[in-house]
Amino acid sequence: MPRDMMASFELYQPDSVDNAIDLLGRFGEDGWPIAGGNDTLDWFKDRVKYAQYVVDLTGIAELRGIRETPGGIEIGALTTLTEIEQSPLLQERYRVLADAARRVASPQIRNTGTLGGNVNQDTRCWYYRYGTDCYRAGGTTCYADTPQGQNREHCLWGADRCVAVSPSDTAPALVALDARMVVRNADGEREVAAEDYFIGPDVDIERMTILEPGELLTAVRLPSEWAGAKFYFEKVADRNTWDFPLVNIAAAMFVESGTIARIRIAAGAVECVPRRLTVVEEVVTGSPQNAETAALAGQAAVRGATPLNYNHFKIPLLENLVKRAIRDA
Amino acid sequence: MANLLLGKDFTPADVRAKVTGRAKFAEDFRAENMAFCRLLTSPMPHGRVNDIDTSEADAMDGVLGVLTAADVPTLPAPQDPILSNEPMWVGQPILAVAAVDETTAQEAIEKIVLDIEPLPFVIDPLESLYPAGPDARSGGNVAGRGLALQTIKWTARDFAAAGEDQLPMGMPAAEWSYGDLQAGFAAAELVLEETFVTAGLSHHSMEPRTAMAYWENGRCYLHGSSQSGSFPIPTIAGWIGISPADLVFIAEFCGGGFGSKGGPYPAITIPAHMSRKIGRPVMMRVSRHEEYAIGSARPGFQGRIRLGFAADGKVTAVDLYIVQDNGPNTGFTDWTSAADAVSLVYTPAAMRFRGIPVLTNTPQRGPQRGPGQNQIAAVVEPLLDKAARALGLDQVAIRRINAPDNDAKIGGRQGPVTSAYLKNALDKGAEQFDWQSKRALSGRRSGSKVIGVGVGQAFHSAGSNGFDGLVRITPDGMLHIHTGVGNLGTFSHASTARVAAEVLRCAWEKCVVQRGDSRKHLPWNLGQFGSNTSFTMTRTNYVAAMDALNKLKEIAALDLGGTADDYDVADETVFLKSDSTQNLSYATAAQRAIELGGKFSGQEMPDDLNAMTKASVAALAGSGLIGVAKDNLELVGTVPALAAGFMQIELDLETGQFEILEYLGVADCGTVIHPMGLATQIKGGAVMGIGMASSERFIIDPQNGLPANVGLYQAKPATYLDVPAIMSWAAVDEPDPQNPVGAKGIGEPIQGCATAALICAISDALGGHVFNRTPVVPDMIVNVVAGREQSHKPLQIHTA
Repeated sequence: MPRDMMASFELYQPDSVDNAIDLLGRFGEDGWPIAGGNDTLDWFKDRVKYAQYVVDLTGIAELRGIRETPGGIEIGALTTLTEIEQSPLLQERYRVLADAARRVASPQIRNTGTLGGNVNQDTRCWYYRYGTDCYRAGGTTCYADTPQGQNREHCLWGADRCVAVSPSDTAPALVALDARMVVRNADGEREVAAEDYFIGPDVDIERMTILEPGELLTAVRLPSEWAGAKFYFEKVADRNTWDFPLVNIAAAMFVESGTIARIRIAAGAVECVPRRLTVVEEVVTGSPQNAETAALAGQAAVRGATPLNYNHFKIPLLENLVKRAIRDA
Repeated sequence: MANLLLGKDFTPADVRAKVTGRAKFAEDFRAENMAFCRLLTSPMPHGRVNDIDTSEADAMDGVLGVLTAADVPTLPAPQDPILSNEPMWVGQPILAVAAVDETTAQEAIEKIVLDIEPLPFVIDPLESLYPAGPDARSGGNVAGRGLALQTIKWTARDFAAAGEDQLPMGMPAAEWSYGDLQAGFAAAELVLEETFVTAGLSHHSMEPRTAMAYWENGRCYLHGSSQSGSFPIPTIAGWIGISPADLVFIAEFCGGGFGSKGGPYPAITIPAHMSRKIGRPVMMRVSRHEEYAIGSARPGFQGRIRLGFAADGKVTAVDLYIVQDNGPNTGFTDWTSAADAVSLVYTPAAMRFRGIPVLTNTPQRGPQRGPGQNQIAAVVEPLLDKAARALGLDQVAIRRINAPDNDAKIGGRQGPVTSAYLKNALDKGAEQFDWQSKRALSGRRSGSKVIGVGVGQAFHSAGSNGFDGLVRITPDGMLHIHTGVGNLGTFSHASTARVAAEVLRCAWEKCVVQRGDSRKHLPWNLGQFGSNTSFTMTRTNYVAAMDALNKLKEIAALDLGGTADDYDVADETVFLKSDSTQNLSYATAAQRAIELGGKFSGQEMPDDLNAMTKASVAALAGSGLIGVAKDNLELVGTVPALAAGFMQIELDLETGQFEILEYLGVADCGTVIHPMGLATQIKGGAVMGIGMASSERFIIDPQNGLPANVGLYQAKPATYLDVPAIMSWAAVDEPDPQNPVGAKGIGEPIQGCATAALICAISDALGGHVFNRTPVVPDMIVNVVAGREQSHKPLQIHTA
């Protein structure tokens, strides 16, 4: 199995989104947009995935930056995770996203990795990454979902031939913030709720998001509705840096006179998409923010979880993280 | 006389190059008309190559040649092969393709049609030992260093008697015992019997084993990544098919080895063979993925141990059985070394060891820092704590009562040791760490977090003898210390060289360490592995320097009168003790040595030198005053490097994560010859030990033999944020009597003691829960706290 040796490709470096869209539209399935490259170059070096035409987005200034808008804040998809982590504006109003960005990978990767890349990255299922002919790779089997499959990092919900999970730390934060994903294609721009942006294998087993070939995520908009809420983000991984989550949790809530008035909460690495925990939101809304509510929330969160052979620990772990989010936010 | 250099910090000459990026590793070299080669490796865990069709690749522009197993020597089974048509693990090299550039070579590889037939494979030793279980290779399922390839199958009764969760104990491949085992257990107040698993794991050397080779006038020039300078040369030359004198081996810098580059390894010869075949220099850059496949790995254990304890904590008897996951080839001696370690560190009155290294279709195994000793430390140390809890003893006290001293014995033969101060290390550590206060915090809760404390101990045999030393004083007054020690990163090539300077009372600025390139005429030295360098090569440099010292005095006596005994040395001068104005500078003495010839400048030399040293002396003859000798100093017994680690952690019961609040490592390494180097080793060893305890392990799919951890981020060595910001160190600093400067090695146990301390601290934080498994990863902790069963069965290995 050859590794660590990229095949040659044609590189295009557009200076505007319009040009990038034009190129990607022209190349169709043979085109591949690249930003920080942390996901892409792994695939290319491993020769598991290949694109004849690579469109480098890093020269497009309009894709960068954190801007205030009448409705909240807009973050260019090319904004680095370090910039998000260090943004005073985000730290003040949407700290959960800054906190999530801070827990992504390592400082070096956050310096090059972008918000768009972090939410659009492919799953880290090691069988899939290895280059096996699994369902997600267009084959007819899943190596992880077998009696002997090594599936510690895989899903508790949403198995549908594939049991891979969303590896993103920022995606649950965006779901918790009810962020809007700005998608551009040749026909124009549209906004999609973060919750609807990510898709599971039941929708399309070969993709993790709604993005079609020829489309770009250009920005993420954070609505002012959740600005200044009480936030909670936590990630549990094997290591304290340069690791993907075993489970992560992101919550935004408003607490009035000790009572949880409004809340959005989402967990990562338990399903192919960031899992919005609506049942938890229902359970805790209108309840006091205390240990009892937190315990109830934790129990509610894991109801219906269907573990695989090596990942049942995610049930108590998710329960604990939800409990902590409600209790400690 | 006060030491001039020993025991003092210094900056080794190579450090500047390393931190400025000027250091040239194998990959940084280029030769005119250099080609690149890439490897075609096995896609399956065991197969037979029936046919290789290279016609399409051969026809490609830029392809220069294909090297297959037929082009290289067949090394005797079960040795690691250079290339193979019976690959025995995923990623084993089958052939190499050379081309004008790497891209072409890689594309050519994809054009090669491999007719490979899958063969039965096995990744779990117990499966291979089961009646009619699969063998990892043709010809048998059991082999090891010094153990011929053979077939051993246990009986179904062996397995049935043990049940699913206890290690069956069928016929071993080796065993030893001493003392009255039965009486030892009968006398015990407490007997523990446990089944355990320690994970196999990869090496993570920053520099993969890239190599570049070319030929000139029948000589092969090989740039490689090696822990050792002179030691690998004869074997590598043999594999290439030339005499050692015709191999120019250049390995000035080594980006980490941890045991995996200590001796010769077959893959380093691939560019040499390819270069000979295509008539051009060849660079073989090894990728991280390939390094994980061919870079060797630590064997894992499945084991069972029975420990008897007296009421005061003294270990009365040990019965140990180890099944070693040996990979498909010779593997390493971890299983026997582990047993030796138990016999020494816990000094049981009676002990039996049985073991068997079983072949599996997993990456080839070799030594990794503390091979065997460090795995078993992570097993036995938590069991000492379990006994201490049951007997109402302090964790340090139970270790102290069992700790070896200078009269301790080791192994089945109960041989002597040169010195052992583990009790002193425990005492020093307990005091510096403030153990009693820290222990009082054990179990203290703060929200979901709980304090745990742990002590760990480890051992490694750390010294050898019989190698050669070579020094040279040139007419410019410089002292050249020739050393075959490699540049693993421990600075020991320099710190051991300073012994020669100390003997000759020579300022360090007047010294040149000649190393890293066989053209620098190196003596025959042991490889830089096994924690031995500090002991072994201080002795070689000492005897060579003593020879030079005697020659300086003889020359002075010849020129200035009197006898050699009338003279002494200081400030690069040999002088008459009664009248120091009567003197010769080293520069003058070196010139005189050249004029005198004979033994003084290397035209004559001792007969007992190794052939490599003789060739080096012959090459240097006439260029200065030569000091050369074989280390014939006395060595009786094992040289023990011992270490104790103390750790305090805060464990979050809700997440399974922990923070290491404090760590102290204490070394029994004899006299400290380089404090800063020792400090770096103790801390670096602890970082590696923390990874071994908490995150690193092989994950291999039993369905297809695929390895999950093929990148650094998947293999998970400990990162900067996983270790304490401040780590402390101390040394017993008691001289070893069988080393002329009191030194002995330490590199390996300072990892194992940290591994064990962390496992013990986690166990302590969990109220004494013993996992009997390393590493302990967050899901295992979460499951324990939640009262859930672990996902893995007790004897399962390679699991996620």
